Amino acid sequence: MENKEIKFLQVQQIIESHEAKVSHLIAILQETQAVYGYLPKEVLTYIATAIGISPATVLGVATFYSQFSLIPKGKYIIRVCDGTACHVRGSEPIMMAVRKELGLTADKPTSDDLMFTLETVSCLGACGLAPVVVADEEVHGQMTPDGILEVIKKLKTAVTDN
Amino acid sequence: MLIKTHEDLKKLSEKAKAALEQYKSRILVCAGTGCVANGSLKVYDALVKMVKEKGLLVEVDLVEEVGHDNVGVTKSGCHGFCQMGPLVRFEPSGLLYCKVKEEDVEEIVNTTVVNNGVIERLLYEDPNTGEKITTQDENPFYKRQVRVTLRYCGRIDPENIYDYIAHRGYRALSKVLQEMTPETVIKEITESGLRGRGGGGFPTGRKWSFAAAQPGPKKYVICNGDEGDPGAFMDRSVMEGNPHSVLEGMMIAGFAIGADEGYIYARAEYPLAIKRMRKAIADAEAHGLLGENILGTGFNFKIHIKEGAGAFVCGEETALIASIEGERGMPRPRPPFPAVKGLWGCPTIINNVETLANLRYIINNGAALFKSYGTATSAGTKTFALAGQVQNTGLVEVPMGMTLREVVFDIGGGLRDGKKYKSVQIGGPSGGCLTEENLDLPLDYDELLKVGAMVGSGGLVVMGEDTCMVETAKFFMGFVQNESCGKCVPCREGTKQLLALLTKITEGKGTEDDLVLLEELAQNVKAGSLCGLGKTAPNPVLTTLRYFRDEYLAHVRDKKCPAGACQALKEYYIDPEKCKGCTVCARVCPANAITGDKKQPHVINVELCLKCGACMEKCKFGSIIIR
Repeated sequence: MENKEIKFLQVQQIIESHEAKVSHLIAILQETQAVYGYLPKEVLTYIATAIGISPATVLGVATFYSQFSLIPKGKYIIRVCDGTACHVRGSEPIMMAVRKELGLTADKPTSDDLMFTLETVSCLGACGLAPVVVADEEVHGQMTPDGILEVIKKLKTAVTDN
Repeated sequence: MLIKTHEDLKKLSEKAKAALEQYKSRILVCAGTGCVANGSLKVYDALVKMVKEKGLLVEVDLVEEVGHDNVGVTKSGCHGFCQMGPLVRFEPSGLLYCKVKEEDVEEIVNTTVVNNGVIERLLYEDPNTGEKITTQDENPFYKRQVRVTLRYCGRIDPENIYDYIAHRGYRALSKVLQEMTPETVIKEITESGLRGRGGGGFPTGRKWSFAAAQPGPKKYVICNGDEGDPGAFMDRSVMEGNPHSVLEGMMIAGFAIGADEGYIYARAEYPLAIKRMRKAIADAEAHGLLGENILGTGFNFKIHIKEGAGAFVCGEETALIASIEGERGMPRPRPPFPAVKGLWGCPTIINNVETLANLRYIINNGAALFKSYGTATSAGTKTFALAGQVQNTGLVEVPMGMTLREVVFDIGGGLRDGKKYKSVQIGGPSGGCLTEENLDLPLDYDELLKVGAMVGSGGLVVMGEDTCMVETAKFFMGFVQNESCGKCVPCREGTKQLLALLTKITEGKGTEDDLVLLEELAQNVKAGSLCGLGKTAPNPVLTTLRYFRDEYLAHVRDKKCPAGACQALKEYYIDPEKCKGCTVCARVCPANAITGDKKQPHVINVELCLKCGACMEKCKFGSIIIR
């Protein structure tokens, strides 16, 4: 409970740092998502009231941009680039390998233990290294299905070690 | 340190340049996104440590006097040859090392830094001739390029404002403020023939003159860094490699139209570019090059950064404005054009990163020199992101009008893994797929439009014989369908139906009537959509239908995918000659579609086969083939 209050306080600070400006809504949502890892519905309502617009407008913006998520994400985000260059160099087998390993589907991007979320991105701008995967903020170029399984294994071990 | 006058800037520029020339050698380690991913920062740290141990290193600070024996080690922006990274370049010799690892650093310091020797194994090897290439200028990847926008990307430290100033940085701004009027600036840019590098190719000078003619007092300059086209990364590289050139361009544009405030709208997927742009703004402000009364001329300019949140449509001008205003990024009908009524209802010009980065060159060197590159209607150079199944991938800048063949084969070195060339996709989801016959087409705005493609932001994705063009059209349609904002019906519903038709065809369920419907619908979406996204979304479909009709027909008539790429049309088959009957395939098959006795050739039941490819992956004898 205490944790939740602290986070709400942080959201209030974020709103204040943007002087509750409507034009800063996207930045406010970005910073809020950094606090929670996603955008909880009640927080969206809070933001709407604080900057004086309707909750529907805030929800409209939050659902428009692909960066925002209304559901919790895993601890580690695996982003497989499916831009044109990565696509023609075989990003799909990589995606399949991750799904198979973690028991995910197109409709279920996050593993049950909330450890991993699989996302696809349209282009990371690292086309020279295609296919590219970003796992836990680290960019891996010239990936292979076996390579990504190695990365996942390492991340899993990192968790058990801690 | 505040730079208060033109004289201050000139003096600092000369001083920094002299300081730079004092270095015996300067080592530039590429710290663009690609090379960082391959571990270039470790190489940099190791180099700094080891050069220091030799008692040689001086931080490249460019303001203080340094001794003549010193070696500077600097992190630079993207060198463009991402695939061969991490790249390490030596100045002044131009020696270029590729794929440098942390372990190589000791040898580099001992052999190259101390004794001026060359380490053969770190040189680039031409894949076609096997020849080792010593310097960047002799490298076939760089040799044919003409670098205007990218001139200093990879040559300077993007996080050091003095490095930019040493290379005549902000001198174009100084010239504009000192010697020119808004009218003469617009005239110069108009004469240069510069056209928008973001996609449409609208003449920059004309765009500015519209905004300049509007009454003030409040006007805006927006830098469009929302590089959403999959397969294009020139704007990222410019922002990462030479951020000050973008700021200088924005200020020149601001002076020309009478704006005092600017926004940079950058993709959130480009964290490094955003970080470097932020640092550049802070440094320029700290030196008085941004803010109030710049260079004592009374010209004021402020720049903010807005991070995008992942919406391709925000690359469209009016959607981008809506996004800066904090709303859903949906396009608005034009007119009124942003030059008349843009951000918060004020006259606004929106220029792409690459367009802005060209401005200093035009102002410094004159419209005539800029125009001497390129073709009659497309002046200057253009940066293309060369990617896909080509030997050399990376960023290339060439004069407009160079042929596709020269870019793909001379600079790109042809296809990789001995594949046969099939197509090149140009201009991202708004562009088109071109064939072998189009290879001799000059790359300029108008020539590409004639064949149904467009320059777009400059993504060039090379495809080999094993790429299915129907699947490629489906891939792009999936992308635009996903990114359609939903405001207008032709785009929202049309792209959905186009995608459904293409999916049907790739699954082998299409008919010849579907091809007719596909073409008709594509034309309607093109004609009826509100913004550029919808208007250009059918281009990949239309160009593939036009140039690769045979492939569509093979899918609908024979239910075959000639490239062997469409999952549903694949047929797995076990070659009885090669099969040893090891039973591995039968055990991994999730559908139990493979049967056979031990040590006897196995068979796949096509009815049960899921076409997952698991058997093929595990077969040690290469006996499973797709036909």
